[in-house]
Amino acid sequence: MTGIPILSAITFAPLIGVLAILVLRIFARPGDEDAVKRNSRWIALWTTLATLALSILMVAGFDSSNPGFQFTESLPWFAGASYRMGVDGISVLFVLLTAFLMPLCIAASWKSIEDRVAEYMIAFLVLEVTMIGVFCTLDLIQFYIFFEFGLIPMFLIIGIWGGKNKVYAAYKFFLYTLLGSVLMLAAILYMAAVAGTTSIPELMAYKFAPGVQIWLFLAFFASFAVKMPMWPVHTWLPDAHVEAPTAGSVILAGILLKMGGYGFLRFSLPMFPHASSVFAPMVFGLSVIAIIYTSLVAFRQTDIKKLIAYSSVAHMGFVTMGIFSGNLLGVQGAVFQMISHGLVSGALFLCVGVVYDRMHTREIAFYGGLVNRMPWYAAVFMLFTMGNVGLPATSGFVGEILTMTGVYGASWGSGTWTALFAATGVILSAVYALSLYRRVVFGEIVNPKLAGITDLDWREVWIFVPLIIGTLVLGIYPHLVLGVTQAAAERLVDAWRAAAGG
Amino acid sequence: MTPSHMLQIAGPEVILALGALALLVFGAFRGDRSTGLVSALAGLVLLGAAAAAVAAPMGTLFHGAFVADQATAFAKVAMYLLSAVAIFLGERWLSRLKSSRFEYPVLILLSALGMGIMVSAGDLISLYIGVELQSLAAYVLCAFRRDDGKASEAALKYFVLGSLASGILLYGASLIYGFAGSTHFLEIARAGHGAAGTGVIFGVVFLACGLAFKVSAAPFHMWTPDVYEGAPTPVVAFIAAAPKLAALLVFARALLQGFPDAVDQWSQVLVAIAAISMAVGALAGLVQRNLKRLLAYSSILNIGYALMALSTGTALGLQAMFVFMVLYMIDVTGFFSALAALSRDGRPMEKIEDFAGLSQERPGLAIVITVLSLSLLGLPPLSGFWAKFYVFKAALASGHWQIAVFGLVASVPAAFYYLRIIKTMWFDPGAGRTDAPAPDAQAVAVASAVWALPLVLLGLAALDPLAQTAAKAFGLQ
Repeated sequence: MTGIPILSAITFAPLIGVLAILVLRIFARPGDEDAVKRNSRWIALWTTLATLALSILMVAGFDSSNPGFQFTESLPWFAGASYRMGVDGISVLFVLLTAFLMPLCIAASWKSIEDRVAEYMIAFLVLEVTMIGVFCTLDLIQFYIFFEFGLIPMFLIIGIWGGKNKVYAAYKFFLYTLLGSVLMLAAILYMAAVAGTTSIPELMAYKFAPGVQIWLFLAFFASFAVKMPMWPVHTWLPDAHVEAPTAGSVILAGILLKMGGYGFLRFSLPMFPHASSVFAPMVFGLSVIAIIYTSLVAFRQTDIKKLIAYSSVAHMGFVTMGIFSGNLLGVQGAVFQMISHGLVSGALFLCVGVVYDRMHTREIAFYGGLVNRMPWYAAVFMLFTMGNVGLPATSGFVGEILTMTGVYGASWGSGTWTALFAATGVILSAVYALSLYRRVVFGEIVNPKLAGITDLDWREVWIFVPLIIGTLVLGIYPHLVLGVTQAAAERLVDAWRAAAGG
Repeated sequence: MTPSHMLQIAGPEVILALGALALLVFGAFRGDRSTGLVSALAGLVLLGAAAAAVAAPMGTLFHGAFVADQATAFAKVAMYLLSAVAIFLGERWLSRLKSSRFEYPVLILLSALGMGIMVSAGDLISLYIGVELQSLAAYVLCAFRRDDGKASEAALKYFVLGSLASGILLYGASLIYGFAGSTHFLEIARAGHGAAGTGVIFGVVFLACGLAFKVSAAPFHMWTPDVYEGAPTPVVAFIAAAPKLAALLVFARALLQGFPDAVDQWSQVLVAIAAISMAVGALAGLVQRNLKRLLAYSSILNIGYALMALSTGTALGLQAMFVFMVLYMIDVTGFFSALAALSRDGRPMEKIEDFAGLSQERPGLAIVITVLSLSLLGLPPLSGFWAKFYVFKAALASGHWQIAVFGLVASVPAAFYYLRIIKTMWFDPGAGRTDAPAPDAQAVAVASAVWALPLVLLGLAALDPLAQTAAKAFGLQ
């Protein structure tokens, strides 16, 4: 424990950028519009970089052998609620992932966003606050605040800077998530009333009656399954992804989806162990359907972004499956898969953004033969396609193999069959991802409009380099992640088994 | 008890009554050019009454017909301050329309006096006097611009339906008196001790219907959209806030003190009214294009939440109702102030479409309206969320989980129409020039938005214990 509240500093650092942009915006004279745009971008970039630096400092000081919460802060608030912060091995990497992706998103929006730049940057910085807050908080009410408030900046990002059908997508995103969340709110209020506390560590130790657990689990499940998203409540995701601007898609796929998985690990398993084991077979079933069905749906898409969106749903199927496997391998694999997917799918959406910025269409049929004009782009896209498929030596492989091994050894449900069907999903992912790559990149250039397309510029290269390094390093040396999550995951699984077995 | 002590107990109401009468005479002699002065003095009278409500000793007067306790002090401060805001808003608004008259502040004072008597009512007679005084002043306020056809129509509807509701209320009161033999709440409770008879229950249901009309709960809500649409905006800001708190508190006092043994019976009635209000408020709001009608349905929905808190019949529920109402009243006052501040080509903005492109032209007010809409939507950590937090927690803690889940689900369709407001302001292209916003109404709107987001996080720490003390006045667990 240190004297400096580093988690609060990381969480609320982006607000300083928000204030700076607001001041800039309010005191700008007419005619300064270009300067405001330029300065907003730089302020946002530096703020997110500073946040990243703080998170790296925090992770460097993190003791990975300690399974409990670290850097804890606590301040009494009102009516029994408190302001509580803290991270353990499971949440610490999500904080880092968020802080890592944000500067890339700002850089990716550098040229493609020309309209209302100051507002755009403010929305992103506020979004960063809520995302980091979700992973850092140790209070149920506070968690709900961050979890819910994040809807607003995302609603605005999709609705203002989105594509053609943006209003529909923004509403769908908001209302779907809200419906799930209000049920979770009911459960949260009930838990606060029954247990008399909203502190997450105390609630983990509190034992709810088995009958009550079932209902509480279902209420939380409604929220996290929508966020994840699991089949059959995934339908908001393709719309939101397609209409969102590139950076919005990166954040959606990279971070917002992970909140669902994080929620299962933080709330469902430790607080409702009995219900979690009761519902594990159901989750297995939904995960398998998600993996196979959405992979098939992905194959038939004509829009690049939609295809990647469906592939995200399939990959999240591996995560839910691993989480509920009930053993260390599965849980570790699920966390790893989430981190890896954050990098790979984020990078894929950036790849789509590169060609979209140039041609303003995402139709697969429009493209073809890009390798002739954009060799560097083709190489980068190839690497991340392979990461998405789960080729060994990329990070995608580790997550898939660990979750499947974990499920294979699951002591409840039909783990073997689940693992078998999930493995076919790996093949299907190769089918849609490689055929997408072939249709977009290989072949001769047929479309005359593509004749003048240019390869990656330096800004884009600098965006991709960290992602490439991350994907490869995690693929070759997965211990970087697994070593951090080990102790916390062990404690989680042991506690669950002890409670569910009894 | 000495007469001076008795005067102190009823201090706030004495100040209001004398102030209203004196200002009426003053205005009658000086004519409409004294409107500004009368308004300022009326504001001071209200501030004085609020201060007196804090300082006045607790006790009962007139054989229990008038009660002053922690709950009345809490409610009176809130109501009188909001009435002062209504005078400020209305006076500036009317003078811009060149129809400023000195009766406006006097009528608000009389209505505030009615509310004061309502919350202090310890028996059925003073309850009725308070309700009528408050309502009659409100009817006139709605018709304040009598050359406006819509406003006159609204006032007439309000008056006719309001009179009907008063009749129902009186009928219920006479039934209760007939079966219990007293009009005093505590006497009624004593008479019905053990088993509450069918006749009394009948009376309670009629009484509840009459009061449900006053708080605009469904299915007695029919007047609300029309009145909100037609009445002058500052008047709506007034009747949408403070009188509802007064009616809810008198609701609580009549039921909790008069019929403590019939909790199971009236709790069912309240749960039913709350559920219908939530459904009507959430669904009917979806098809509204007029902003004031939309807010009328939003108020029906929110009254459903407040009644849900009351239906628990616990101290926790009562505390939740107080917190909820205070936060809601600030939100709704802010929202109507923003509406009063905005106009396009000299015409007030009434349709949702009028908000198109507001974020480009008036970014400050667009942010204010966004914050207030999100707060009404119940998005954390804005004040509206904490309001819901309290009522749903109280409902769940007392085992009313069905209605709580129903209410939470009802907030999703409601979110759709609040989002439509935000969408119109931020996503749609502008539709012509807006006029410079009225500085006074804008200031009120900004103040309530600032309360709704950062300030509430600190303010709740103070509001929470105050509401708790107020709820304890009823002597519940």
